[in-house]
Amino acid sequence: MDTQEIDGAQALIKTLDNLGVEYIFGYSGGAAIPIFDALVTVKSNIKFILARHEQGCCHMADGYARATGKPAVVLVTSGPGAGNTITGIMTAQMDSVPMIILCGQQVTWMLGKDAFQEADIFGITMPVVKHNYLVKDTNEIPRVAREAHHIATSGRPGPVLIDLPKDITQGPFTGDMDPEFDLPGYQPEKFYSVDASDIDHALQLIHKASKPLILAGHGAMISGADAELKELAETLRCPVTSTLLGKGVFPEEHELSVGMLGMHGTAYANKAVCDCDLLINVGSRFDDRIIGQADKFCAGAKIIHIDIDPSEMNKMITPDVRIVSDAKSALAEINKRISGLDTEPWLAQIESWKKKFPLSYRKQGGLRMQQVIDEMYQVAGGDAIVTTDVGQHQMWAAQFYKTNASWKWISSGGAGTMGFGFPAAIGAQLACPDETVISISGDGGFQMTLFELATAALHKLPVKIVVLNNHYLGMVRQWQELFFEDRKSGVDLEGNPDFCKLAAAYGIPSFNIKRPADVRKQLEKAFAVKDGPVLIHAECVKTDNVFPMIPAGAALEDMLTEPPKHKMAKPTGST
Amino acid sequence: MSLVTTDNPPEFFISEAPVHTLSVLVNNKAGVLMRICQVFARRGYNIDSLVVSQGRDKQFSRMTIGISGDPAGLEQIILQVTKLVDVIHCVEHDSDHSVVKELLLVKFLVDKEDRTEALQIIDHYDGKTVDLTPTSMIAMINGESSKIDASLAMFSQFEIIETVRTGKVVMARSEKPT
Ligand SMILES: Cc1ncc(C[n+]2csc(CCOP(=O)(O)OP(=O)(O)O)c2C)c(N)n1
Repeated sequence: MDTQEIDGAQALIKTLDNLGVEYIFGYSGGAAIPIFDALVTVKSNIKFILARHEQGCCHMADGYARATGKPAVVLVTSGPGAGNTITGIMTAQMDSVPMIILCGQQVTWMLGKDAFQEADIFGITMPVVKHNYLVKDTNEIPRVAREAHHIATSGRPGPVLIDLPKDITQGPFTGDMDPEFDLPGYQPEKFYSVDASDIDHALQLIHKASKPLILAGHGAMISGADAELKELAETLRCPVTSTLLGKGVFPEEHELSVGMLGMHGTAYANKAVCDCDLLINVGSRFDDRIIGQADKFCAGAKIIHIDIDPSEMNKMITPDVRIVSDAKSALAEINKRISGLDTEPWLAQIESWKKKFPLSYRKQGGLRMQQVIDEMYQVAGGDAIVTTDVGQHQMWAAQFYKTNASWKWISSGGAGTMGFGFPAAIGAQLACPDETVISISGDGGFQMTLFELATAALHKLPVKIVVLNNHYLGMVRQWQELFFEDRKSGVDLEGNPDFCKLAAAYGIPSFNIKRPADVRKQLEKAFAVKDGPVLIHAECVKTDNVFPMIPAGAALEDMLTEPPKHKMAKPTGST
Repeated sequence: MSLVTTDNPPEFFISEAPVHTLSVLVNNKAGVLMRICQVFARRGYNIDSLVVSQGRDKQFSRMTIGISGDPAGLEQIILQVTKLVDVIHCVEHDSDHSVVKELLLVKFLVDKEDRTEALQIIDHYDGKTVDLTPTSMIAMINGESSKIDASLAMFSQFEIIETVRTGKVVMARSEKPT
């Protein structure tokens, strides 16, 4: 440590720099000024990105983390600034994204006195973080920051918030810059149980199976199990399906891939789940959008569940073999001892489902979102990073934009947060400046965070901002059509702006797509722009619906592959 | 014996009993109780009783939580509580393998004529008189919850003004950690 006097905020920035933090996404305010000041007084490699809203900061950090696997940092002020982060923090928590959120706070002696811009953000965020801190001693700052970084990134990752009162960040720092920390209650490895007997049991089930299926989840990606997963699938000749967030950990163009499963998964993935005799779940939490009616899920199959988080075992589904471990090491153990299976009849069965129920869309009668996404896939290829918002476009993107590698697909799964995709794309583009980053949004979701156009334009980030405009909150309208006798209520986005003029207001070039015949040409032109963002606006069919669909709470076998011919009952499950 | 830490946590189990007593060893820090209560409240469980005090090592606190409800959900609760960064361990204890005790203070009106009767009841339950006035008395009883219930039934022949019960505290029998 140098002998020069520094304050708490400077100690904080030094610590983050030592931890290798590259970017801080933030928004300023009174209680955070000392930390913002330290950003300019401390020499570091950290680059600061000023967003236009604190929710934007969080989604940018989230996109950065999901494109790199590295934790990202958010810096906001107290009260309303901190409050605006909630949706972003919850989004990261639901999808196990490592993030550190630094909040300025009122001075300690005003805490609890309803002081100006005071909010109990420590209390408010407790249910939506992996862990949080209220720092009350300046000398604790490096330790807390290092603990937060460790907690955010290890075990099952997640967001960690640090509330920093202004007197604490302004106070003189005289402590240890490189302190040890001891977390007796946080030792995730302690629960790992890749013991020989579980592996034995798993192998018995595997070698007895004739219709095995691997379900690859986000956990497989987080643990870096790509190679192990591929080895397992190829050795066994076992088909692989993925969750929404697991897209890419197993290449979707691989002959053994059956794409995504669940509510809007491919028909063949869902049929395979219904018909398999063994499901190997690698790092997915059996979300309700995937299992449908729980007691009917994989009813005839044995289940092996590999997850790093012991509380995921038995939560939704009771597996036959539980392996609490990171996916990479568990699969490596299994791979050591597997031999090939004869799955040819099973693969033939799946092939016939693929032929019978392909993903498809009509090219007549107006422009379809599917076509824009499909052609974008042709133009940009499976290596681009794709972020999405939430709604119909998200499901079509998941279906038609095949993802062939990890960290390339960024979508809000657990929380289903509209407004996520575009700021997440900004974070991803900063993280990966040389890659093509495509943000796919609906007209609804895009309007929730479009103010970040300024951030993208300012930093000349070549994000391809795709707005698929159906003038509706499409996914909600789809539910109203199918389950509420087409009574449209609160879904008409009357009053939409001219999105191209909007882009122009920020100095962003735009491309308008009106007809199916325009798609390829306009996309190619837009993708040729490399020196900053472009906006692609597509005027789409207003009332198209996403299929296949499993009504919420129904069993997977009750999947609709096309519009129902009879009136549907209101869904009973989930949302 | 060494302090119970992550190195030798007690065994995890869930009893069939309708009422469960959880022992939770936590960091002695602000906000920990709130984190734990959230795990219960979010899943619609009510905490029946709660005793918290500093551990022998001031770095830790011990919580004993009495809870009733669906045992299936309880496994999730224990796992979710265990997952909290400030929780060293969270386990259930049943009365076969642990000592479960509770303390009662009961204040009731009693005049001269009935005082002997009151003292006999207190004596029967191995209790103590901890306050006495010409018209009232506070008795202190400790023991298993059923004994406390029984004593209260006896005291109800007087006019009870107030009762304070601590809720259960539990300690594992033998050399096993709690
Ligand atoms: C912040 C937020 N508010 C509300 C919802 C509920 N919701 C889910 S999908 C959807 C419609 C999305 O409409 P749009 O963004 O236009 O996309 P589309 O479905 O039309 O593709 C809504 C309102 C949500 N997921 N997130």
